[in-house]
Amino acid sequence: MSGKFLTWIDDRFPLTKTWNEHLAQYYAPKNFNFWYYFGSLAILMLVLQIVTGIFLTMHYKPDSNLAFASVEYIMRDVPWGWLMRYLHSVGGSMFFIVVYLHMFRALLYGSYREPRELLWLIGCVIFVALMAEAFMGYLLPWGNMSYWGAQVIISLFGAIPYIGDGLSEWIRGDFVVSDATLNRFFSLHVAALPLVLVALVFVHIVALHKVGSNNPDGIEIKQNKDANGVPKDGIPFHPYYTVKDIVGVGVFMMLYLGIVFFAPEFFGFFLEKDNFAPANSLQTPPDIVPLWYFTPFYSILRAITYPLFGIDAKVWGVVAMGLSIFLLFLLPWLDRSPVKSIRYRGPTYKVMLTLFVVAFIILGYMGMKHPDHTDLIWFKNVRWAQLGTLVYFAFFVSLPFYSRREKTKPVPERVTFK
Amino acid sequence: MADDRVDKGRRRFLTAATTGVGLVGGAFAATPFILSMAPSERAKAAGAPVEIDISKLEAGQMIREEWRGMPVWVLNRTQDMLDRLPKIEEWLADPESANSSQPEFAINEWRSLKPEILVLVGICTHLGCAPVENFAIGPGSGLGDDWPGGFFCPCHGSKFDLAGRVYKGVPAPDNLAVPPYRFLSDTVILVGEDGGAEA
Repeated sequence: MSGKFLTWIDDRFPLTKTWNEHLAQYYAPKNFNFWYYFGSLAILMLVLQIVTGIFLTMHYKPDSNLAFASVEYIMRDVPWGWLMRYLHSVGGSMFFIVVYLHMFRALLYGSYREPRELLWLIGCVIFVALMAEAFMGYLLPWGNMSYWGAQVIISLFGAIPYIGDGLSEWIRGDFVVSDATLNRFFSLHVAALPLVLVALVFVHIVALHKVGSNNPDGIEIKQNKDANGVPKDGIPFHPYYTVKDIVGVGVFMMLYLGIVFFAPEFFGFFLEKDNFAPANSLQTPPDIVPLWYFTPFYSILRAITYPLFGIDAKVWGVVAMGLSIFLLFLLPWLDRSPVKSIRYRGPTYKVMLTLFVVAFIILGYMGMKHPDHTDLIWFKNVRWAQLGTLVYFAFFVSLPFYSRREKTKPVPERVTFK
Repeated sequence: MADDRVDKGRRRFLTAATTGVGLVGGAFAATPFILSMAPSERAKAAGAPVEIDISKLEAGQMIREEWRGMPVWVLNRTQDMLDRLPKIEEWLADPESANSSQPEFAINEWRSLKPEILVLVGICTHLGCAPVENFAIGPGSGLGDDWPGGFFCPCHGSKFDLAGRVYKGVPAPDNLAVPPYRFLSDTVILVGEDGGAEA
């Protein structure tokens, strides 16, 4: 009976074919480790954000006179509204944690290298779209930090010569951040960007399944197939990795829900205290600080304090911040090492990647702190941010020079387990 | 009667022409969508001039009003404050207001119509934060022993003097903007238009 029904479907829609191509007969390398959880966890977060977002939209009001109160209403009066709201607000931060670890995995194992350049580029576009989505979502509670954060970031576009002022007015729909801005950010946050994100993630997976997954050894399992054309080092994604990923989901949900239930503001990192006061266009919070996932880039923006070639420091700051993200796109062509995985790369890359991660964390920390204060040893925060910016760019700029003549270890024929 | 030969050149031309016309049509069709995001008539109307009554503004006091959703400051400077302005010019990035935004009439040493009455848009020219006033002098200000009074932006540390002129070595590139304004009477300022002739 069910067999007949399936045949009826398969004659009209490639159900079994799709199932096999992407799950039951999609062969993934058998040596995936811890770092390979974060792709499926990113999809989980996307789905959760969409679902909780749909339910929040049922109660939220995108009106500058009503927005702040409607969020309080969701928190206090809507049945389980607090849960939807905290799942969504904590979810935003968890999404970025997962995505940053997912990207770091690619840096570890060279997952952006040929033939996965396009996969990496699509991933970078997803990252940019996700940043836009998060930025617009952060305005919606219409707290004072929402308001001033948006004011600062939109005025970045004002730094562009000639068209800047008109462009930032066009983005805001007003001369300052206002009801018009809130309303359009709502529209983009709940409709346009989620559609873009879902489409991009779909394309990301299609591209992945075309080239096949990389693995911690950075070798191509498709080059070593058995008589049936199945990679010798491959195992079907379903059930092997679906089951493995469920374990990952279980552990991840414990952490995620632990935060949602016991520390939803996460000590001011996931929800800032200034955002518990409504937006006030006449009163800046003492420190305008974006949420933690933007602070590394915000630090780079603020680190440029000298004018150059007769152009303001502000413009260079915007250029540096844009460049810091754009360089990620170029990574597949900057890295010329004969091997992919860090397991077989020379010491230079290991040192540079470590420095890069340290710089990224220092930049993130300094982005939350006042530039003129001294919160670490030796010198002022802005100097640390400048040092971090230097290391950040050095990672990319030095890569093509040393990677080509890197002293590598021999790469094995078959995947290994460590 | 059937002619099977394909005129490839003609086919290419038609394909290119159709694509071209389609792209132009697409651009025209996109225009209203893009323009719909520009400031609406209501937003523009909200930019109408506002009257500010300064009859109760004592020397050394400052009031904040709203114009186009932006904070506008009116500071009644004391003679002492005015005397300090020329003394700190060496610390300033643009003491002559050459690169800054202000009506013609405000390009002078006070950046104002009447020397004592300063009118400024209270938005930092760096990234749009609202600077705060700090009129204390010297150590009491918390901004250094030689601080002569002025404005300080808490976001990124930009400093401005008592005419809204920006200091050197801070992230803000320009002096605080002076909005267009004129005096309707001795005690009422109209912010949002300068009447042209006043300058």
